[in-house]
Amino acid sequence: MRLLKDALARRAMAVIAALPGLLVLFIVIGLFLRSKAILGVEPLSRFLFSSAWSPMKGEFGLLPFIAGTMWVTLTALALAVPVSILTAIYLSEYAPRWARRAAQPVIDLLAGLPSVVYGAWGVILVVPFVGNVLAPLAGVYSSGYSILAGGIILAIMTFPTIIHVTLEVFASVPRALREASLSLGATKWETTRHVVLRKGAQGILAASVLGFSRALGETMAVLMVVGNVPSVPRSLFDPGYPLPALIANNYGEMMSIPRYDAALMMAALVLMLIVLAFNVLARGILIRVERKVR
Amino acid sequence: MNGDSPISIRNLSVLYGDHLALKDVSLDIPAKRITSIIGPSGCGKTTLLKSLNRLLDTDDGVRVRGQVLLDGEDIYAPRTEVTRIRRKMGLLSQRPQVLPMSIYDNVAYGPRIHGLRSRKELNERVERYLRLAGLWDEVEGRLREPASLLSVGQQQRLCLARGLAVEPEIILGDEPTSALDPQSSQNVERRLLELKRDYTVIVVTHILRQARRIADHIAFLYLGELVEQGPAAEVFAAPKDPRTRAYLTGEIS
Ligand SMILES: Nc1ncnc2c1ncn2[C@@H]1O[C@H](COP(=O)(O)OP(=O)(O)OP(=O)(O)O)[C@@H](O)[C@H]1O
Ligand SMILES: [Mg+2]
Repeated sequence: MRLLKDALARRAMAVIAALPGLLVLFIVIGLFLRSKAILGVEPLSRFLFSSAWSPMKGEFGLLPFIAGTMWVTLTALALAVPVSILTAIYLSEYAPRWARRAAQPVIDLLAGLPSVVYGAWGVILVVPFVGNVLAPLAGVYSSGYSILAGGIILAIMTFPTIIHVTLEVFASVPRALREASLSLGATKWETTRHVVLRKGAQGILAASVLGFSRALGETMAVLMVVGNVPSVPRSLFDPGYPLPALIANNYGEMMSIPRYDAALMMAALVLMLIVLAFNVLARGILIRVERKVR
Repeated sequence: MNGDSPISIRNLSVLYGDHLALKDVSLDIPAKRITSIIGPSGCGKTTLLKSLNRLLDTDDGVRVRGQVLLDGEDIYAPRTEVTRIRRKMGLLSQRPQVLPMSIYDNVAYGPRIHGLRSRKELNERVERYLRLAGLWDEVEGRLREPASLLSVGQQQRLCLARGLAVEPEIILGDEPTSALDPQSSQNVERRLLELKRDYTVIVVTHILRQARRIADHIAFLYLGELVEQGPAAEVFAAPKDPRTRAYLTGEIS
């Protein structure tokens, strides 16, 4: 009887452990089945690499949206990662203890704000800032609703996550290791750069991946500031139309247009695959970094 | 100023918050000898050691009163450059702390920090100090491997080589053998005995037998107080203070 229970428990545990994996699989399969209607009509490459988006005419080129997603996300990461790491370095290595204590709850609060709040704030502040200050500085015209505005908002939204995780990574670096470097006559900055950052490299990478994954899928705030024009952006000041915004804006509407919903499912599937591909890539890098240090 | 005392501690008190960890300690460390700081757990041995190269500074809320004279210079004077002080001493910690880089880079780290760029000189230094630490033969062919792959005993000797590579005058050890197996401990002890020809060595230990084996000079700390100090032979043979006697006989520990 006890043995039976044990066996049952083991089975149950295995099933539960496998659930997240299965879930991913189900999502992919589900999306695939729903978007099949459109796959039969044209080859996949037509969707991925065509920038013609006119549902009325039955043209569903996803390139502008894929490009929009990549642009916004990469801009956000280029902004967020360095700033977050520097902030975390400051808080963990330089700031007095009380400042660190005070910063932590604020960071966590920021991480928990609903994204509409960020979006509204973006419309009020970031969009005009990009349109009236940054664009003239760069010598171009922009309404402000742009990739850059989206990137900035997204960066601000991912800061807290990356900072939070990076701080934990730094806290896990033993103090005696820092002291070993300091005792050789290294300055604090040298110690941070060569020892703390290196020791934490993996963790920081993981933090960035976490941020990136969130950024890829973030919908609401970006949608509010990015302009939502379905063309491939050519500069940071152009508007863009990321995949999540496309899906959120259009799902449930204009469903009378043939194959429209299949196209949106396709968009979701592509987004999902981008996130997956990115995670696999990141894991690969992580493993390589792991081999190099420690 | 004492001619053969590279380190002179004068009326040193250390406070963690309002906890007095060292009380008015005065001690002259003899040159080219091994000085052992002994005493029960929590008596302030580590604190005393860290006060010598200002590693205490890294803690918030630590206050230091009194003086530590290094070659006659007060290391706590406001204008003293802390990095210059620290490179005059190599530190061995309780568990070896290898830097997250290769064996070679661990040893070259200090010299590089201090501006040594020449490949040739770096190679020379790495080899010289790995030899001095008794590790060269074991790692010669694998200098590019991560240091973390070494055994703990090897890591501790690597830390020794790394400390020596910045060409200090003094070697500090905080229970440097406590994480090691007997064999490796013995190896490290032997290194220290060799090194005292050229270096002043200060080793914290709570292993009395170790102090007997290697120390020339003893400083006994008890509850933050320097109870007794003197040549090892004298202290072990005829302790003056009853507390020292009690500690040596194992009545307090
Ligand atoms: N960073 C710190 N903050 C507050 N108190 C501390 C700190 N470091 C040490 N202390 C206290 O100061 C006293 C002396 O500590 P220290 O580490 O110097 O003792 P020790 O003799 O090295 O002990 P052990 O043999 O256990 O290593 C102890 O009571 C300890 O609790
Ligand atoms: Mg100690």
